[in-house]
Amino acid sequence: MDTLTPKTLYGEMFDTNELVINMGPQHPSTHGVLRVVLRLDGEKVIDAEVVIGYLHRGIEKLSENRNWTQIILLTDRMDYVAAATNNVGYCQTVEKLMQLEVPRRAKYVRTILCELQRIASHCLWVGTHAMDIGAMTVFLYAFRERELILDLFEEFCGARLTYNSMRIGGLPLDIPPGWDKKVLAFCDIMDAKIDEYETLLTHNRIWLERTKGIGVISGPDAAALGMCGPALRGSGVARDVRKDEPYAAYDEMEFDVPVGVAGDTYDRYLVRMEEFRQSLRIIRQATEGIPEGPIVGKVPRLIKPAAGETYHAIESPKGELGYFIVSDGKSTNPYRFRVRPPSFCNLQALPRLVKGHLVADVVALIGSIDIVLGEVDR
Amino acid sequence: MADAPEHAPKVAAPTGPVEPAPPADAVLPAFITSLQNGVAGSVAQVSLYLGDWTVIVPVSHLLQAVEHLRRATDCAFDYLSDLTATDWPPRKEGRFDVIYMLYSTRLRHRIRVKVKVAEDTPVPSVTGVWPAANWLEREVFDMFGVNFTGHPDRRRILMPEDWQGHPQRKDYPLEGPGELLMESPLDWLKLRQAREEMDIE
Repeated sequence: MDTLTPKTLYGEMFDTNELVINMGPQHPSTHGVLRVVLRLDGEKVIDAEVVIGYLHRGIEKLSENRNWTQIILLTDRMDYVAAATNNVGYCQTVEKLMQLEVPRRAKYVRTILCELQRIASHCLWVGTHAMDIGAMTVFLYAFRERELILDLFEEFCGARLTYNSMRIGGLPLDIPPGWDKKVLAFCDIMDAKIDEYETLLTHNRIWLERTKGIGVISGPDAAALGMCGPALRGSGVARDVRKDEPYAAYDEMEFDVPVGVAGDTYDRYLVRMEEFRQSLRIIRQATEGIPEGPIVGKVPRLIKPAAGETYHAIESPKGELGYFIVSDGKSTNPYRFRVRPPSFCNLQALPRLVKGHLVADVVALIGSIDIVLGEVDR
Repeated sequence: MADAPEHAPKVAAPTGPVEPAPPADAVLPAFITSLQNGVAGSVAQVSLYLGDWTVIVPVSHLLQAVEHLRRATDCAFDYLSDLTATDWPPRKEGRFDVIYMLYSTRLRHRIRVKVKVAEDTPVPSVTGVWPAANWLEREVFDMFGVNFTGHPDRRRILMPEDWQGHPQRKDYPLEGPGELLMESPLDWLKLRQAREEMDIE
């Protein structure tokens, strides 16, 4: 007997054809202007093609025509939910190129800001990721806490989203009086809230059904595909720039790098949830140990690095954010400015991850690799 | 030269990056000596700047060299951090540098591999060694017009399919086509270059 398929039962009338559907660029769950062209067999994804470039603003080209200080504010516009880490990465690259010494106090404040930013970015991720899968409450909870971090940033530099909060050689402003107390108070609030998110999701049956075994990728495969950050660590590769190539004050901090085992959406979720706690741990250590001293090193009035090139990477909330900068030593702008965007490299793995899953899982997987289109397209 | 056009460059365009040789007492790291011994003739030049090691590889040896860097146990560069290019139009030996930033997740070291190519020199694609190179090479092709061969899907990635020119090249106008797109949609880039030449004359 033939297998019972619609075709054998009812003939050609119920023949299944391949269907090509277009998701985005105006789809709410693609987190911006991402377009995915899906080839479907029924509800199963056979193949996916990712189309990007809708938000391409030419930041690399633009930066080659701005002076070194003006670029800091352009980097804000790449990963706009984690502007502070973008600033830190750029400033450190220029400092490396100019061989500037950054005072310890500035390094500590940078570490605090980076980790606050990581929590804010992960809050946005957990909220939107859960809402894509159908859990509305987490979104409201996570945005409530993100607001507290934005308030801290507002008090520090006056802005809530695009901070422009770094300068080459240090910081623009010292921390306001009493700010460190508020940061510590926030850590105490946040501790309890992370448990709250976990109560809603970690053992939730619907959540487990929707995330376990979805988008499995092995560690070596993920590394070869260029995945980075929590998406790579979810597959069990303990790669964290903060540990491997320490910058700012991370070499003085004590923290663990959480790694997953299965490499599926659920493990990537668990890794990020643990990163919340590790970030709080770093913030507490850094805030309690802020040294006294200047906030800006000895920076020449005209910033003009000697001719040469360098690559420097930091761990942004999304993964390895690298800057490759070439200076010709003659003009006051970089000769070549290149960003290694973590979201771009993670998004490249999407077609590999969605193959064989259902259309609804595509949404879960886009959320699970945590992309920001401002950074993908630059 | 009192009435030079405003857009004329104030300083002469640089003809290449600075690639300082390592100091005489520096010891070459194991991954570079391994590459030198493993693939003869693959290291044309070694450079060390700010702690970053760079090897310059002739384009004919590129695939063998990266294959060695990926597989050899004392190199083990299993992670392609970044792939990009720089443009030095006046340079004699070819205007582009294609740069591969490699990292080893096991041994935790970095190396930069660089090839110098002309506009039409075919550069073998490294997608077979690191699948991560797929989009990165597409971007370099889109932005610079580097001629990658053996790439599974060589299309533009950030710019529209029918775009003219390669935006990251140094001779590409920063402001883009502007009104020229209305005047001559098919050939705005040529039109602009012709006008610029007239201005200079």
